[in-house]
Amino acid sequence: MLNQNLPFMILATLSVFSALMVVLSRKPVHSVLYLIFCFFTIGGHYLLLNAQFLFAVHIIVYAGAIMVLFLFTLMFINLNKELEPHKTNLVKGAATIVAGTLLLIMVSTVTDTGNILPQQASTNEVGTVAVLGKKLYSDYVLPFEITSILLLAAMVGAVMIGKRIQIKIKHNEFNT
Amino acid sequence: MNSILSVVPIEYYLGLSVILFTIGVMGVLFRRNAIIVFMCIELMLNAVNLLLTAFSTLHGEAGGQVMVFFIMAVAAAEVAVGLAILVMIYNNLRTVDIKEMNKLKW
Repeated sequence: MLNQNLPFMILATLSVFSALMVVLSRKPVHSVLYLIFCFFTIGGHYLLLNAQFLFAVHIIVYAGAIMVLFLFTLMFINLNKELEPHKTNLVKGAATIVAGTLLLIMVSTVTDTGNILPQQASTNEVGTVAVLGKKLYSDYVLPFEITSILLLAAMVGAVMIGKRIQIKIKHNEFNT
Repeated sequence: MNSILSVVPIEYYLGLSVILFTIGVMGVLFRRNAIIVFMCIELMLNAVNLLLTAFSTLHGEAGGQVMVFFIMAVAAAEVAVGLAILVMIYNNLRTVDIKEMNKLKW
């Protein structure tokens, strides 16, 4: 039993460890690298769950695109030199208490709902590209098309916000 | 084809997702660097994605994994716009410390 659990256990330990290091490491670049590692371990979980399509999309989108964007911004801003001032102990303690309370609430909710879960895992093949592609282009075709509009809007928005706008209104022009 | 869920109970995935989500919440409350706060939000999104995939595989329903796909698209859009906003804030304030971003607070 333990041997069969072993891949999950190793991956879960690595994910939790790297997620903790994202929060706890002092240098932002280290945080980004730990987050990339965390995303790869979560991709491993997708493989274990037989979700090959999601594994590919996850690696391409998260580890490929999003983290490169993060690293690029970080290098652009060049924050690695200065260590950020840490919060006071009061705020740290409050944050830990809030997070611990949230964990407690969610764990208690989860243990309450344990009875309604199906005990036998389904053997349907749902994670392959063929199944998901058919689903995506039949039942979910409208959300899929709207997603393209969302991505277009995000692209236009990023370009518009990122552009250096030089609006200088001269005082005498403004008054007249 | 049997998945890992025939040997690993779904409760383990629930626990892992809850722990990852809580670490993300803690990071948002803990850190002052706005980029790290952003990364912790990504961590929370990933915890939810993992749980959706686990339940989708458990029930043999493809809908959950389609939802994960849409969440990833929205996350990509959010990161692009958010990082553009952060770069503009850095250009104007010369810092990304969230303590300094309090113009709209009071």
